Amino acid sequence: MSFGRCAACRYLRRRCTQDCILSPYFPSNNPQRFASVHRIYGASNVTKLLQRLPTHLRAEAADSLYFEAQCRLEDPVYGCVGLIFLLQQQIHSAESQLFKTQAEIAVMKSQTQYPQTQPFRAISGSNNLLLQQSDNDANL
Amino acid sequence: MRGHEPRSTSSCAACKLLKRRCSPNCIFAPYFRSDEPKKFAEVHKVFGASNVSKILVEVPEEQREDTVNSLAYEAEARLRDPVYGCIGAIALLQRKMIQLQHDLALARACLARYVATPSVIVSSDDHHRVITGPFDDFPVDCGVSFDSFNQNISYELNQEAI
Repeated sequence: MSFGRCAACRYLRRRCTQDCILSPYFPSNNPQRFASVHRIYGASNVTKLLQRLPTHLRAEAADSLYFEAQCRLEDPVYGCVGLIFLLQQQIHSAESQLFKTQAEIAVMKSQTQYPQTQPFRAISGSNNLLLQQSDNDANL
Repeated sequence: MRGHEPRSTSSCAACKLLKRRCSPNCIFAPYFRSDEPKKFAEVHKVFGASNVSKILVEVPEEQREDTVNSLAYEAEARLRDPVYGCIGAIALLQRKMIQLQHDLALARACLARYVATPSVIVSSDDHHRVITGPFDDFPVDCGVSFDSFNQNISYELNQEAI
């Protein structure tokens, strides 16, 4: 039974063996996936990285390498780090808005619990503001 | 007398690692100083010197420093987490953002209810005032305590100061 070459071996123009470490993660129907990864990392580095990982984690590693390679090809200066910066900025902005809204809620809540005090009760013929105090002084 | 080429007095970190002569127009030299060998070692391990060189040649010179720094960041992340690299950090930030958006939506809904429904004074005399707020019948707490309010305001002031 002969197996077709994986995208990696096809790209590298070599024979694809049955135990090719790259073939499960770079199938022949998606040549662009390996081309991207190869351009940024190189076949040798990708192979070494995957070899160091247990088999059940290699698929995730290959996916993340592809994602990062794509980011770097789209943005050669910042790669996926640009996305990290953007997210950090968005988080900072959302946190500021949240704190502002929480502050407004606290103000509304305190106004609900402690409304402004009513003015002193008036007694005829006397200064309103001194009413309570002047009565007390007269009684001493 | 046999002539000889003048030797570079100090190789950059890249040329030291690659064990080659560091030429005056070495593309790595401005960004991989000899006193930072770890930086190039990590970048080389993940990307390879040849690929880094190709990437640097493709970007304008004034952006090469940022390019190198982002490559170094990615390389370090990948060596620390060989499975996810930077994607781990991105996933974490995205989860944090979703949580914040959720919290913000809740807080805004809470504030909108306060604004829509004013407080009502049930009874008042000189000694006892019973005041009902707009949410006494609502089981959901808006989640604002005076302590967290103080902490959050301090954070906001500090951020503004920055």
